[in-house]
Amino acid sequence: MALETRPERILLPVKVGFMAASLLLALAFNLLPWRDLRGVPDLVALVLAFWCVHQPRRMGIGVAWGVGLVMDAANGVLFGQHALAYAALAYAAQALHRRILRFTVWQQAVQVLVLLAASQLLMLVARMAAGGTYPGLSFFVGSVIAGMLWPLVTFLLLAPQRRAATVDDTRPI
Amino acid sequence: MEHAPPQFFHRGPAPIARLAFFALLSVLLMVLDARFRYAEPVRQVIALAVYPIQQLAIAPVSALARTREFFASRAELRRENTELRAEKLRDAQEILVLDAVRSENEQLRRLIGAREKLRARAIFAEIVYAGRDPFSRKVIVDQGSQQGVTAGQAVIDAAGVLGQVTRVQPLLAEVTLLTDKDHAIPVQILRNGLRGVAYGSGDGSTMELRHMAANAEVEKGDLLVTSGIDGVYPVGLPVARVVRVERDAAYAFAKIVCQPVAGTDQHRQVLVLAKAEDGPAWSSESERAGRKAKSKRPRRGE
Repeated sequence: MALETRPERILLPVKVGFMAASLLLALAFNLLPWRDLRGVPDLVALVLAFWCVHQPRRMGIGVAWGVGLVMDAANGVLFGQHALAYAALAYAAQALHRRILRFTVWQQAVQVLVLLAASQLLMLVARMAAGGTYPGLSFFVGSVIAGMLWPLVTFLLLAPQRRAATVDDTRPI
Repeated sequence: MEHAPPQFFHRGPAPIARLAFFALLSVLLMVLDARFRYAEPVRQVIALAVYPIQQLAIAPVSALARTREFFASRAELRRENTELRAEKLRDAQEILVLDAVRSENEQLRRLIGAREKLRARAIFAEIVYAGRDPFSRKVIVDQGSQQGVTAGQAVIDAAGVLGQVTRVQPLLAEVTLLTDKDHAIPVQILRNGLRGVAYGSGDGSTMELRHMAANAEVEKGDLLVTSGIDGVYPVGLPVARVVRVERDAAYAFAKIVCQPVAGTDQHRQVLVLAKAEDGPAWSSESERAGRKAKSKRPRRGE
């Protein structure tokens, strides 16, 4: 069976400032005064996974770990739980990035959903070992919603790279 | 040096090695935090750095709430006003009686030489957000160490005890609720003075009065108040109401489920109580000396 090849768009190089800005925005979203974090998609994890899949040389385990520490400190949870989960997520996303990018965007979403849920499971195991309360299966709803957001995030975060290299009258943006 | 690979191929240690390094570091941090609380200074620095982002994120939400408050209908406010007036009248007689009782109490205490209990200083605080962490029951309030909040202080709302301050940042403080799995509070049954310790059950809304004998005199509807023997909570604050008592002959202890009287979802305003000044003698001795030195007005006899 011959491999089906889809036409691919050649993208502009990514701007590091845009990557940082997207992460900061996701962090601000996560720090909104949610009544309960269950069911709230972890946008920071999603954006980290996105950049690890699309720019594995610029985003990696170290950055993910640092962002995880920030999440831990800001949320007042066990210091290191998000760091561990994000580092593992970044590793998996980097290792699988070639495979993931072969699929259509909805198929990608399913795979990313599994990665996000796995990182949450890691966090759950860490917290249960430290003597936390079991939060119930609703804990994973956030990952499912975050997975559904993958196509939207892909569209938004790739938009700057989809622009034309030169601006002319027919293409105003 | 000439034979070194060009910068282009240089990628550092293998990903799996990096992951192992960072995973070990996280596990180390978690152990240090959970067992020894060593991670606190680092956490505070990061939390302070993130504080502006947090405020920026909270700003639109609180602005919305304030606008809604501003446009609260006039009728509603008037209704609330009349209700409050009626309530004030109803409470007035009790307050009048209370004053008399208090002065009488003070006199009696002086007579028996009991140390006069100072009224605890209270800090008014507002809940910023609740339930950030699905693994524990906590709320964050908007007063921190800058305002004099310290870890270990009791937090109450209009109905009763809410919990205890467990972690303080410069501008925020974290309050562990009574329903948290790791939280325990010494209580007393108001009806008969039976003492016990109530633990959070961890399911989010109830508490358990543990280690009470199967034949202990506890009934459904009993009110639990703080017994004050821990030195953290002042005496006599309402804590919870017994909702279910299960006595099983197979167990030595009865299973007593209680519902906290304070509501975390209803109220936004709370009071952080300074610790009762009934500390052990060695600390109060030095405190008293410090207070004496501070008071400038000389006494008449001296």
